[in-house]
Amino acid sequence: MAFHLSSSQRTILLFGLIAVAIALVFAFLGQAYGLRMLAEASCFAIIALGLTIQWGYAGLFNAGVMGFIAVGGFTTMLLSYPVNESFWNSNGPAELGGLMLKLVLVAVVVIALSQMHRLGIRRQVRNVCVIIAVLIGFALYNDALIPVARYIETEAGFIGGFGLPVWLGWLVGGLAAGGVAYCIGRICLGLRADYLAIATLGIAEIIKAVFKNADWLTRGTLTVSPLPWPIPTPNELGFVTARALYLCVTAIMIAVIFAALQRVYQAPWGRMMRAIRDNEISAAAMGKDINRRRLEIFVVGSVIIGIGGAALITFARIFDPSGFTPLHHTFLVWVMVIIGGAGNNLGAIFGAVAIYIIWTMSEPVTLFVFHQLEALGQALFAWEPIPDLTSRALQMRVFIIGLTITLALRFLPKGLFPERVKHFKSPSD
Amino acid sequence: MNELVFFINKVVIAGSVIGSIYALGAIGVTLIFGILRFAHFAHGDLMTVGALFAFVLAALFPTAGSYIGLPTGFVFLPVAIIMTAAFTVGIDRLFYEPLRARNVRPILLMIASLGVMLMMQGLVRLFAGTSPRNFFIQEQKDIFHIPLPFDLASKEIIITEPQILLLVTIAIAMFALYRFLTRSRLGKAMRAMSDNSDLALVSGINTRSVIVATWIIGGGLAAAGGVLLSLDVVLKPDLSFNLLLPVFASAIVGGIGSPYGAVAGGFLVGFAETLAIFNWSILLRPFSSFLSNWFEIPASLALVPPEYKLIVPFVILVAVLVWRPTGIFRGRVL
Repeated sequence: MAFHLSSSQRTILLFGLIAVAIALVFAFLGQAYGLRMLAEASCFAIIALGLTIQWGYAGLFNAGVMGFIAVGGFTTMLLSYPVNESFWNSNGPAELGGLMLKLVLVAVVVIALSQMHRLGIRRQVRNVCVIIAVLIGFALYNDALIPVARYIETEAGFIGGFGLPVWLGWLVGGLAAGGVAYCIGRICLGLRADYLAIATLGIAEIIKAVFKNADWLTRGTLTVSPLPWPIPTPNELGFVTARALYLCVTAIMIAVIFAALQRVYQAPWGRMMRAIRDNEISAAAMGKDINRRRLEIFVVGSVIIGIGGAALITFARIFDPSGFTPLHHTFLVWVMVIIGGAGNNLGAIFGAVAIYIIWTMSEPVTLFVFHQLEALGQALFAWEPIPDLTSRALQMRVFIIGLTITLALRFLPKGLFPERVKHFKSPSD
Repeated sequence: MNELVFFINKVVIAGSVIGSIYALGAIGVTLIFGILRFAHFAHGDLMTVGALFAFVLAALFPTAGSYIGLPTGFVFLPVAIIMTAAFTVGIDRLFYEPLRARNVRPILLMIASLGVMLMMQGLVRLFAGTSPRNFFIQEQKDIFHIPLPFDLASKEIIITEPQILLLVTIAIAMFALYRFLTRSRLGKAMRAMSDNSDLALVSGINTRSVIVATWIIGGGLAAAGGVLLSLDVVLKPDLSFNLLLPVFASAIVGGIGSPYGAVAGGFLVGFAETLAIFNWSILLRPFSSFLSNWFEIPASLALVPPEYKLIVPFVILVAVLVWRPTGIFRGRVL
C-alpha cells in the first residue's frame, strides 16, 4: 500500500466502506431487499465465526462447512416444524419403532460378536465375524427400511416436525452439528490436517445425499416450507419489520458469540490453542493434550457453525437439501474467513458482510456483463446466441471465488484484519 | 448360471472399469501428496478438464476415429494427455510455485488447490455447460456379447469397446509407470523425494525437474482417467466431488506415496463400491428351494442404495484412518 494506516484507522476505513455499500444497496434496491441481504449476511457471520476459531485459533481445515450447516438446518426443521398429524395417526410411528428395534437387535448381535474373544476364539476370526455381521445387518436394515419409508411417504408425506420452539431447534441443531464434528474429529484429528479436510468434504457430501434422498425424513427434493420463525413472520408484520426483527435477533447472537470468543481468545485456553497451532511439538512438550484440545475447538466451532446454519435455513423459510452447494455453503465461508483474516473475530464478521454483499451483487452484474457480451458478439461477429447463458454466466462466480482464494493466499495471506499478536518485550530491551 | 453371468457383468466388469478410473486418479494424488506434501483437491477436475480437451478435439475432427477404427475420443487420448499435462504444469507455475517459493505450510497449498479446483470447475462449466455430453453421437459404441461356451447360461457377458480400451490402456500405463519409476533416473529421484525429501535434497536431486515430472504424470494420468470414464459413460462437467472422495480414499488405502498401492487401492475401492450396490439376493435366488422353508429372500439385498454410493469410499477411508493410517501397504502417514 502506498500510504500507511494504523490498524485502528484501517478498521474504521474498511467498516466505513461497508456502511457506504450497505447504504447504496438500501438506496437502490429497497429496504426489504437490503434487510434480507443483511440478515443472511449476519447468519453467514455466525458461521464464519465458527470457522475462524477452527482455522484461526487451531489451524484445523474444515472443508465440510456445508454438512454442518445442513445438519443445523435439518435439526431445527425437525424440531420446530408443525406436527404432521397424518403421520402420527397412521401406522408410521409403530413401523419406525419396529425398525429401531431391529437396529437395536443388530447392534446387540454385533456387540455380542465383538466380545467373542472372551470365549477363547481367535481375534482374527472374531474380526471377520463382526465385519460379516455388520454387513449382513446393514443389508437387512436397508431392506427393512424401504417398505417403511415408502409407507410413510404414501400415507403422510414425511414424518413432519415436533412443533417445538425455534430457538430450541437452533440450539439442538448446533449440538447435532457438534456431535457430527466429534465423530469426525475423533478419527482425523490425530492425523495431518489434510485428512480432516478430505473427511469433512466427504461427510458433507454424504449428509447432503442422505437429506436429499431420505424423502420420509426430509421430503427430499420436494422441500419443506414454510419453516416457523422465532419471531413473527413477514406474513404477520410485513417484510421490512419482520426482517429487521430477525436481523436484531441474529445481531444479538453475533454479539454474544463475539464477546465469548474474544474473551476465550485472551484467556489461557485461547493462548494454549494458539500455542498448539503455532508449534505443536513445543506445546506437547509443555504437557498439552494436543488431540483433545483440537477436538474441543473443532466441536465448539462446529456448534457455532450449526447454530448459524440453523438461523440461515430458518431465515430462508425453506429446507431444500438440493440447495446446499459446496460453493455457496463451504467455499464462500472460506473466502469470508480468509479475506477477513483468520483468527480475528472482527475480521470474520467484516469478511462475512463484505463478501456476502459482493456475492449477492455479483449475480446481476455477471448476468449483465454476459448479456452485453452476447449482444456485442452478435453485433460484431454475428455469433449465435449462447445457449443457457444464465446458468453458464453464474458459473463465472465459481471461477471468481476460486480466483479470490488463490490470490488472497498469495497477496493477502493474513487477510484484511491480521490477527493481532501481542509481543511482550523482555526487560532488557 | 445366469445369475453368475449377471454378477460378472455387474460386479467384475463394472468394478474393474471404475477401479481403473480411480487408480488412474489415485496415482497422481499419491505422488503429489508424497512429493509435494499436500492433498491436491483439484485432481477430480483435472480429470474433467482432460475429458473436455478430448471432447473438443473430437468435436473438431469428428471423422478421425473412423480412419483407425477406434472411437474418435480415444484417438485423441494421447493429445488430451499431453494438453492436460502441460495445463497442470502451467497451473503449478501460476498458483502453487509462488506459494512454495515463500515456503508456506503445506496446508496453504491445499487451500490453494481448492481455489484452483473452483476456478477449473467454473471455467469448465462456463464453456461446456452443466449438462452431460456424450462422445458417441455420430458413431456407434461397439458392444460385445460374449456367449458362454457351455449351455448352462442363456445370458451373455456384455462388454463395450471403451471398456476394453480402458482396461488395455491402464495395463499399458501401469507397465510404463513401473518401468519409469524403477529404471529411469528421474523416476528413481521421484521415489527418493517421496521417501525422504531431506535426504533426497542433500544428495543433490533436482527438485524442480522432479516436481515438473510429478505434475506431468499426475495430470496425464488424470486426463486419461477422465477421457476413458467419459467414453465409457458420458462426460459430466460436474463430476468432480463424486470422483474426488473415492480417489483420495484409494490413495490413502494404498498408502500415501506408493503408486502401486494407489492402483491396488483404486481397484479395492472400485470393487467395494460395485459390491456394495450389487443386489445380493440375485445370487441367493438359485438356492431359494433350499432356503425358502426358513428364510424368505428379500427383493433387494444391496448394502447401500445406489444414491448413497459415496458412503462406500468414505467408510473405507474412515476404516483405514482408524485402524491402519499407513494404508494397507504400510505407506506413510504424513
